[in-house]
Amino acid sequence: MDIEKVDQIIDKHNSEASSLIQVMLEIQSENRWLPRQTLERISEKLEVPLSRIQHIATFYKAFSLIPKGRHEVHICMGTACHVRGARNVLTAVEDYTGIKPGETDLDLKFSLETVNCLGCCALGPVMEVDGRIHGKISPAETAEALKKYE
Amino acid sequence: MSKILLKIDGKEIEAEEGMTVLEAAQGEGIEIPTLCHHQKLEPYGGCRICTVEAEKNGRSKLVVSCVYPVEKDLEVTTRSEKIDRVRRTILELLLSHAPDSDQLRKLAEEYGANKDRFEKEPSFCIHCGLCVRYCAEVKGKFAVGFINRGSRREINFIPDLAATECWNCKECFPLCPTSALQAAYMFTEAQVSETPVFDADSK
Ligand code: SF4
Ligand code: FES
Repeated sequence: MDIEKVDQIIDKHNSEASSLIQVMLEIQSENRWLPRQTLERISEKLEVPLSRIQHIATFYKAFSLIPKGRHEVHICMGTACHVRGARNVLTAVEDYTGIKPGETDLDLKFSLETVNCLGCCALGPVMEVDGRIHGKISPAETAEALKKYE
Repeated sequence: MSKILLKIDGKEIEAEEGMTVLEAAQGEGIEIPTLCHHQKLEPYGGCRICTVEAEKNGRSKLVVSCVYPVEKDLEVTTRSEKIDRVRRTILELLLSHAPDSDQLRKLAEEYGANKDRFEKEPSFCIHCGLCVRYCAEVKGKFAVGFINRGSRREINFIPDLAATECWNCKECFPLCPTSALQAAYMFTEAQVSETPVFDADSK
């Protein structure tokens, strides 16, 4: 992400320190991760110490300090999904993508994460891709669903 | 500033409004153990070792003395079977992380804490935040901070700042209740590695 784009986002928030998390969220969603230079720039412009930004960036799961894939796959491991076979869904997705939860593939196509409840237990087991819910999914159907993503 | 009258361990004490129970006690030479408290720093209330019993209108509760403000007619007890039990458990938990800390061991002896009660998980840092807060509040440098959260929380030096600011300061090292080693270790790591946090597993 070029520094001008970062500056634009910061300026939009009037360089206010109180907008720190908003700025970080916007950059995260544009860029899919927060490179070091970006954090340094934010620190400089918002006048917030880098150590504090680091604390926040490592505290919330919404932020990533390593590049993320173009598509974020979340497998729900909550109780309802769990009893309906979420584990097998996860294994199938791991097999298809070749990555484990917390990882991103080499082509930066998918990032995989497990989550603890997406709030739609009646649809379990649930796989969420880029915010889109794939409900009542069987392990075999996951590959079919993921194939559609470029 | 208005004066506030309260009792600590049966002793009548005149404190000033806005003072904490700990400050009032210390002013009278009454000892309460602390781990995360430092005179020059804002109250933090991170370790809970300074827990005392406070009674008002016949009701007693456990409060954290380093953050609890003095109140009129409060009756504070700084040592009792109940308090000892709380401190003992806190120490046993902390000792599983920092088994070799002199400060913790001394307290453990005093409160009869069993240092082997919980499985050892030596992370050394007990998250008291003294180093982090001292660097921020007293030195204004913010060279060391926390990263991650929960049980995975640890301190981390910003490499560039560590290289320029820390060599001539190192004032946070002796503050560490687990030994100066934790800070020293992380500091060295920041020196040798270009990007400690940024390529670490930050999940
Ligand atoms: S390194 Fe030491 S001083 Fe710093 S937070 Fe951990 S225990 Fe406290
Ligand atoms: S000294 Fe009061 S909580 Fe640590």
